[in-house]
Amino acid sequence: MDLTKMFQFNADRSSYPELDANGKPIIDLSSHKYLKLWQGPQHPGVTGNMSLELTVNGDEIVESKTHVGYLHRGFEKLMERRKFIQCFPTCIRMCVAEPDPNEYILSACIEELSGIEVPETAQWLRTLALEMARLQVLLRGVPGQAGTFSLGLGYQWGNYIRDLILDRFEELTGGRVYHMYILPGGVRGLLPDGFKKRMEENLKLVDEFLVNINDLMYNNIVFKQRAVGLAVIPVEWIDQYGVYGPAARAAGIMRDVRKTHPYLKYSELDFEPYTTTASDVYARSLVRWHDLKMTVDLIRQIMAKMPDKGEIKAPTPNVMHWRIPKGETYVKCESSRGEYGMYMVTDGSDMPRRVNLKGPSYTHATALLERLLINANIADTAAIMVSLATCPPEIER
Amino acid sequence: MSIKDLLTPFTAWKRITKEPVTIRDPFNDRPGAERYRGFHKNDVNKCIGCGTCEDICENEAIDMVPFKDPISGDSGLRPRLDYGRCCWCALCVDVCTTNSLTLSNEYTWVTVDPEDFRYTPGVDKKAWDDNEKGWKKPEGSYEFYNINRVEMHHLHPEDRDKSFVEMVKGYSREQAIAEADRCVECGICTATCPAHMGIPEYIKAVRHEDMEEGLRILYETNPLPEICGRICTHKCETVCSIGHKGDPLSIRWLKRYIADNVSSDKYKEILNTKDLSNNHKKVAIIGSGPAGLSAAHYLALMGYQCTIFEQYEKAGGMMRYGIPEYRLPYDSIDKDIDYILSLGVDIKYNTRIGTDITLEQLNKDYNAVFAGTGLHLGRSTGIPGSDNEHVYYATDLLRQITAGEEIEVTDQIVVIGGGNVAMDITRSLARMQNQKFGKVNIITTALEREKNLPADLEEVVESREEGAIINPGWAPQSIEIENGRPVGLHVIKCNSLFDDTGRFNPQCDITKKEFFPGSMIVQSIGQGMDLSFVNEDFKKDLEFGSRGRVVTNAYFQTSVKWFFMGGDIIEGPDVIHGIANGHKAAIGIDNYIQGIDFTPAK
Repeated sequence: MDLTKMFQFNADRSSYPELDANGKPIIDLSSHKYLKLWQGPQHPGVTGNMSLELTVNGDEIVESKTHVGYLHRGFEKLMERRKFIQCFPTCIRMCVAEPDPNEYILSACIEELSGIEVPETAQWLRTLALEMARLQVLLRGVPGQAGTFSLGLGYQWGNYIRDLILDRFEELTGGRVYHMYILPGGVRGLLPDGFKKRMEENLKLVDEFLVNINDLMYNNIVFKQRAVGLAVIPVEWIDQYGVYGPAARAAGIMRDVRKTHPYLKYSELDFEPYTTTASDVYARSLVRWHDLKMTVDLIRQIMAKMPDKGEIKAPTPNVMHWRIPKGETYVKCESSRGEYGMYMVTDGSDMPRRVNLKGPSYTHATALLERLLINANIADTAAIMVSLATCPPEIER
Repeated sequence: MSIKDLLTPFTAWKRITKEPVTIRDPFNDRPGAERYRGFHKNDVNKCIGCGTCEDICENEAIDMVPFKDPISGDSGLRPRLDYGRCCWCALCVDVCTTNSLTLSNEYTWVTVDPEDFRYTPGVDKKAWDDNEKGWKKPEGSYEFYNINRVEMHHLHPEDRDKSFVEMVKGYSREQAIAEADRCVECGICTATCPAHMGIPEYIKAVRHEDMEEGLRILYETNPLPEICGRICTHKCETVCSIGHKGDPLSIRWLKRYIADNVSSDKYKEILNTKDLSNNHKKVAIIGSGPAGLSAAHYLALMGYQCTIFEQYEKAGGMMRYGIPEYRLPYDSIDKDIDYILSLGVDIKYNTRIGTDITLEQLNKDYNAVFAGTGLHLGRSTGIPGSDNEHVYYATDLLRQITAGEEIEVTDQIVVIGGGNVAMDITRSLARMQNQKFGKVNIITTALEREKNLPADLEEVVESREEGAIINPGWAPQSIEIENGRPVGLHVIKCNSLFDDTGRFNPQCDITKKEFFPGSMIVQSIGQGMDLSFVNEDFKKDLEFGSRGRVVTNAYFQTSVKWFFMGGDIIEGPDVIHGIANGHKAAIGIDNYIQGIDFTPAK
């Protein structure tokens, strides 16, 4: 029995619409050949408050526009009227799912501009918190890709283990979702007693999960049929569209800030980010599976190498009127979605003059997604969006 | 793709045998973690209402609201939380100056009334008030500000025990800025300072290196910053919120830093006092101590022509004649006083009211009179032998030292008294003994026990560093006299000073005796006022209260309308009360002369 043929459907999509001399589609809505279809802002397939204005011909997308503006909270602007310490609870919501990189880049900007050295123990704890954040994101993100094709089972498995990781966050930081742990100068607590043991128990579950999800997703004929060859990002687009992180690594471009520009304690850890070349949804998902595996390994390495005691916070000026000399900096780290950076300008006052966040979703979910959706099937919209790890809150800070 | 891809996903069925992981009753089976950031708790008796939590809260979720049982050194406010705004970042906990604010690990709260979610922790009783778990400020050196004071450089004991050179060197620029950085601007100091100085504001000026602004703020409430910056009793530092878990701010030294760093020839320009108006009204001021100078300063700013009558040949009163030079150098006194005199204040030295000019005459020549004559009369212990000519009063000796008069210094001295004046005379005589004999042999004894000594701790410590023996807890009994000279002091152990009702009632143990040898005895057990400048007829018009003090209203007006009194004879005794009294009296005098009705509460 030729299974490949059994599940094959016509991959040769229609040639509508015709393109004009500039390569733009000629869409005449009055021809009744086209339909406008909105996906979002309230839609389970959209990972946050954002909207895609699709023009479809049958079930094929001929044009897509990304609309943002449903979530605008103006955090960057708010920070211009906040003392530096008050930016700390503000910044974490810039990417809700993975708040720790927000805390880290804000703290690192402030520390760099005011010349503060973070103690050794705090640097290890920061590295741990950032990897734990990646772990809890990928525990949903990896099976979530199958979820977009209606395979929700793996997502339930991942979410349970994620809850256990949030328990570890709760005992380390005092919070489950908004950890507010990495603050300017250091971190807010040492590891509680028995933390490493409990973490190791959780990591064993992740090991098991990695095997199970491999069986469920990556060796699944339906998943393969839908994901392989879908939304291929040609390698020359990587720079043109500003593609980062797992999406770039799936196209064979090694982009991982942890490796290329090591920060915190990453230079002391042994790891090699996975790359592949297929650059389709399957490849991007596979890169994330390997990322998850690597994160588990990194957490084990960190827990083995980190000191148990030590200073957790460098002395800072009085936070109530902490003035930072005039200057500007850009600090970046690797979030689960790719390079995540903050540009901060200070003018010598007790508030930042300008803060700008640079996250991968901004480029991935606007220009790149609009391009990738052309000629895709409506049913694949969510899969393509999720494969780019789109986080709308990070687009609209 | 292969048949394997079709079959492998079915391995998921193996999980059907696994136990479910759901928590059946999370309300009871799932407490928050040890350091969970749950609902707020506040130990209201530890909290001083400094409001730093309110300041740091970026969500404006905290309001400071009145509290019914405030204690001394307390703003009288407590934080109220609004859970419609709070984001549980716990910065309020980490910044808390007293560590009274914490979070419990409680995280479920159901109520029908949304108003319930606005509450004052510790006042509004909650189920989690006794919950010991939850977020607390991390232990160790984790602080949001430096709780340790920037060390002030003092002369080492061996460098100072022979000379009257000023022993406190003052802050450098970097030190002052670092010290000023510690302030959280709660303002409890301002409320406590008798003169209500704008302390957080002038500390801010130090931080911003704006000495001119700093000086302007100082002179709003205190025209003697050089002096106060050295010898103020700093009640502000006693209540400083940072002092609850660390060292209080060196508010006094920061004040001195501002005054030291502005040249006196710029004062008039900075303080905008080059052209003062003149309302052709005259005020006489008796005594050039802090109260008199303060009154003269603020009256001069209002356009009054003030004349100070000073019995000695230099101005300053007790500040000059009572405080030794190593604590308060004369050029610092002169800097403050010269500026006040430059505002057109006239001063008549060596003029004593009652003998050189009468009070009645002043009443005729001036629109009002202010008396700040201070406590200059030494008090005697009254024990046998205290009338000997070699038994002295500390105030007399201190005045004579300042005046440059020759005083008797023997090689063995006993000082009776445990206050700051006793320490002043001890340390002055110790220096003189060192100069004369090359060694110190001085015993200072007091009724109070070590921990209750009225003198500042630093004074006691420094006296000991300079070689004096401070031996408190003894009651003087008699002075042994041989051949017309004292040879020592007999004392017995004093166990307690006050009885259960708080009345002064020393309890002594006569079986525990001690003899302190000394060929010179100094008594420093307090001072009394000298009202000899007021004649008997006039005294009848004055209203006297308890302990022989003249009764005044809140503006220091006596029962004789044109006669105002302030300073140590009314309140204190210390410099800052004198300054505050003088300022208030100046306002009262202005109102009185202008005929404005002021009926204060006192």
